[in-house]
Amino acid sequence: MSVTTAPVPTAPRPGAVALGRRRRTRRRRLVTGGLALLALVLLAVSLMLGQTFYSPGEVLRVLLGETVPGASFTVGELRLPRASLALLSGLALGLGGVTFQTMLRNPLASPDVIGISSGASAAAVICLVVLEVGQTATSVLAIAAALVTALAIYLLAWKDGVVGTRLILMGIGVAAMLDSVVSYVIVRAAQWDLQVAMRWLTGSLNNADWGRVLPLLVAIAVLGPLLASQSGNLELLQQGDDSAAALGVRVERTRLLCIVAGVGLVAFATAASGPIAFVAFLAGPIAARVVGPGGSLLLPAGLVGAVLVLAADLLGQYAFGTRYPVGVITGVLGAPYLVYLLVRTNRAGGSL
Amino acid sequence: MTTDHTLAAEALTLGYGDRTVVTDLSLAVPAGQVTCIVGANACGKSTLLRAMARLLKPQSGQVVLDGRDVHRMNTREVARTLGLLPQSPIAPEGIAVGDLVARGRHPHQRLVARWSAADDAAVEEALRVTGTLDLVDRPVDELSGGQRQRAWIAMALAQQTDLLLLDEPTTFLDVAHQVEVLDLLTDLNRERGTTVVMVLHDLNLAARYSDHLVAVRQGRLHAAGDPDEVLTPDVVRDVFGLESQVVPDPVSGRPLVLPVGRHRVVAATA
Repeated sequence: MSVTTAPVPTAPRPGAVALGRRRRTRRRRLVTGGLALLALVLLAVSLMLGQTFYSPGEVLRVLLGETVPGASFTVGELRLPRASLALLSGLALGLGGVTFQTMLRNPLASPDVIGISSGASAAAVICLVVLEVGQTATSVLAIAAALVTALAIYLLAWKDGVVGTRLILMGIGVAAMLDSVVSYVIVRAAQWDLQVAMRWLTGSLNNADWGRVLPLLVAIAVLGPLLASQSGNLELLQQGDDSAAALGVRVERTRLLCIVAGVGLVAFATAASGPIAFVAFLAGPIAARVVGPGGSLLLPAGLVGAVLVLAADLLGQYAFGTRYPVGVITGVLGAPYLVYLLVRTNRAGGSL
Repeated sequence: MTTDHTLAAEALTLGYGDRTVVTDLSLAVPAGQVTCIVGANACGKSTLLRAMARLLKPQSGQVVLDGRDVHRMNTREVARTLGLLPQSPIAPEGIAVGDLVARGRHPHQRLVARWSAADDAAVEEALRVTGTLDLVDRPVDELSGGQRQRAWIAMALAQQTDLLLLDEPTTFLDVAHQVEVLDLLTDLNRERGTTVVMVLHDLNLAARYSDHLVAVRQGRLHAAGDPDEVLTPDVVRDVFGLESQVVPDPVSGRPLVLPVGRHRVVAATA
């Protein structure tokens, strides 16, 4: 293909334009690195804090596989699964959320607002209370339900293609219906089921074990790279379908891959730790503010999600007299932001 | 610099769902020239442009780029030959002009070795040609209408395609900025040999700035050729349902259409 090139400056010198671009890229990398560091610090703190405090040295020795009396069980068996679950759930929710928000060019389009998490919750509650099946079956059905819900919303919103706003409104309606199913089942639940069922209302990291962590880890390992491979195309989709297609993006294929990966990540995270309120919704916009415009938000949003869940879990466990599930804390943070966003969108109609 | 790419529509029928918008339309785009497509609202001119840029699959017929059906070609390959600026692209919130223009390099990038000195050079050149070098670090959403349009054109230029399709590039611009954008596109055509195809609303600007004028009426090709021959009172009446007088434009020598309405007509001209 003969691509006529513009008269290239004889010596490729980094002009002001290239320097500006590099400066912005460097800044984005720096901030992303900072977020990763913050997540690691919070992870370390979660491993150290508890009824007994363990020093970083003791925690490190447990992680390296040494047997430390007391610490091996508390840190290795109790705190590590919980902290890992917090990290991975946050990562998955942040990635899934920002994928939808970018793709539909609307911060309201997060999977927890448009009912995908609600689908998983409703299925899980029905499994636990009505069908009384085990944990694995519940998780599997919750994931399947999230996928079916996403498909249903997509089909309901279909009219000569899918328009963002219609899909969001449809999703909010579906979410409301599914949430009422959850409430209905919980009201009828027996006393002994309540504790477990409540997890599906707001999300909680209690009873975290490796059995919950591993499937989520596998999901992230598979779907994360898939999403990363689409990151450039996803960014271009923000400019509108026509503009993206004109730049060589296969729009329908990109959209399909992103939906599958995004729904999958959210579904697995919800199956593992419940619909931790508003994390998917908050991570993208926070990452956009912190990292600045012009680059991919996938990794930053994933890290913000992880930071949110880790920090909210620490707060929920230790900041107050009672222990609150993580979803209560993120819910308290997220709800005012939703209101703010609705007010602002009404005025200006902005996106991420 | 020469342009040897050919683009043609062959018996195109286009539509959305059951609604047919363009019927059996054939059109050859002259290489290395500026082609303007004009027509009444909803006559199918934008739809035609979208199909020629491979964004809409024809119900029948085909769009042929360099002898091949564009819908059978690789998306990226098309995007390296043919660029399109849609009518209202959306600038991601807060994006800097430099980063937006850099996105035009997407079809040239490989998975490995993503950004090269050639990419930098192409972006800088595009900014220079469109006079947006000074705006490079400014957010696109803070620019004026004319500046923003130049930034989008710069993005399309960074794509370095020999064919450039534009859907109403002068909409929402005041008259000075309209002329500025059209002059810029003429520069491109003359200096680089870029083949330009655009949908324009303003008949007189279309007549002045095109080498080849295409008039579309209700989804069918009504007339095509030299603006001097195409733009007659009869064609204006057929295409727009408007009485008019056509006089030579004292500035360009091209035809100038003077609409004749029901009011404010001095003599018995109509």
